[in-house]
Amino acid sequence: MPTAITADSVGLVSPRVAHFTAPLKLACGRTLTDYHLIYETYGTLNAQASNAVLICHALSGHHHAAGYHSMDDTKPGWWDSCIGPGKPIDTNQFFVVSLNNLGGCNGSLGPLSLNPATGKAYGADFPMVTVEDWVHSQARLADRLGINQWAAVVGGSLGGMQALQWSISYPDRIRHAVVIASAPRLSAQNIAFNEVARQAILSDPEFCGGHFQEQNLIPKRGLMLARMVGHITYLSDDAMGAKFGRDLKNDKLNYDFNSVAFQVESYLRYQGEEFSGRFDANTYLLMTKALDYFDPAAAYNDDLVRTLEVAKADFCLMSFTTDWRFSPARSREIVDALLEARKNVSYLEIEASQGHDAFLLPIPRYVQAFRTYMNRIAV
Amino acid sequence: MRADLELIQDWIAPGSRVLDLGCGNGELLAALRERKQIIGYGLEIDPDNINQCLEQGINVIEQDLDKGLSNFATASFDVVVMTQAIQAVHYPDLLLKEMLRVGRECIVTLPNFGHWRCRWYLATKGRMPVSEFMPYTWYNTPNIHFCTFEDFENLCRTLNIEVRERFAVDRDHRHGLGSRLWPNLLGEIGIYRMAAAAP
Repeated sequence: MPTAITADSVGLVSPRVAHFTAPLKLACGRTLTDYHLIYETYGTLNAQASNAVLICHALSGHHHAAGYHSMDDTKPGWWDSCIGPGKPIDTNQFFVVSLNNLGGCNGSLGPLSLNPATGKAYGADFPMVTVEDWVHSQARLADRLGINQWAAVVGGSLGGMQALQWSISYPDRIRHAVVIASAPRLSAQNIAFNEVARQAILSDPEFCGGHFQEQNLIPKRGLMLARMVGHITYLSDDAMGAKFGRDLKNDKLNYDFNSVAFQVESYLRYQGEEFSGRFDANTYLLMTKALDYFDPAAAYNDDLVRTLEVAKADFCLMSFTTDWRFSPARSREIVDALLEARKNVSYLEIEASQGHDAFLLPIPRYVQAFRTYMNRIAV
Repeated sequence: MRADLELIQDWIAPGSRVLDLGCGNGELLAALRERKQIIGYGLEIDPDNINQCLEQGINVIEQDLDKGLSNFATASFDVVVMTQAIQAVHYPDLLLKEMLRVGRECIVTLPNFGHWRCRWYLATKGRMPVSEFMPYTWYNTPNIHFCTFEDFENLCRTLNIEVRERFAVDRDHRHGLGSRLWPNLLGEIGIYRMAAAAP
């Protein structure tokens, strides 16, 4: 529970839902005839609607990025370290919009929603959604909110891919793209990790071909394994070493397979179990596929420079030295393409020991640079 | 503003694309943007300097000059500038070649180790010169490749670099008679405007 709402918090917030009835054609060929998006806003939209910032979430993220839903909440929104009065994304200056993407499991149309065609939950029948699809749906949300052009679109990891896609799909509707710990497309190694996660879910007998809800089942083991694999890749070797080392759970080895010997096992199991209780397996599959399929340069003969030529935004990219899931080299690929495409771009490689997770943590240099960049955005 | 930065600006045409290697706090790029409407990018590794660049809205890329410029396309800039940084890089010769590949023209400024004060210091004390301008001792200096103007111009000849213009200025950054007549003795800072010589 927040004992008190601090001055740098957006405070208590409530999500809203926007319904859309204009059909949305998806990259997979299917069409959503109507859909809804859940979102939150922080700060105030100015009279010219020129101070709006869009937050794009990563793999397991959602619309609740900052503040608290109630005084009983144990934790604030997932990016509370960077959104609030006086924080890098300063809500005294900006009107911040954060949504749950299509296919999500936190209130936007997704696999848990009722399929009007069958009267049952979509489950595995939910169409595959891509980063591009998300950006188009976000553009409609912007229309609904009276935002013609974002002052900035901001995201880390999969969220950074959305910011990048915005600059390509809607060059006139975005002035700044802040792309953090991201990549222009996944590497084979990255896709491989996602495939392991998917197989963990797909091979859980309780997954039931994606229609587990109808059987009142949850593929908890599969989700747990998927999260455990993912979690390993979000941390650096150093961060894990510092946090757990070879510390034992019960001061001795048990010489069996059932009990937990090392602290790191206990941690991973806890993370996995906690996640499997709150996240939808079909959404996890969809999100990892959206990551795998993201490749804006594919439409331009794999030429990222040409892909980005259409962009008009200014770019700020940041990466973290020990991030091996979205390594600095991957951010550099974007930076180099932007340089060659003659775009305005700044790039920082932040010294941080925490691996990919660093983008969610209040690392002083990161927070300072983020604040400095956001501060100079004209509204 | 540092005098070498002041002098450089005359050599940069309005609207140029400028790459500044070791751009510091972005002072030169900010001035050039103001006065010459250039499109500028700076490479820098110091976090405070990078932050000051961001503050001014200067395009700044965190990049170590010792790792080269291979990520920049050939002739993608009108001018590549490096002010008082060549003495701090590991491979000055390779970097010079890279600068001339990336830029149609290059501007380099460097401190002159052949200046009479350095020579006097070394001759009378028998120790590596330490001055207000070069305040480090030999073991902790970031300046690992000092040279004299003669040395630098020799390298330019070896690399087939055409020196188009040269200024030698003294400690107060005056371009006086002395540093014009005996630059390698009386000039403290050299300012060179260069291009790859026609083959």
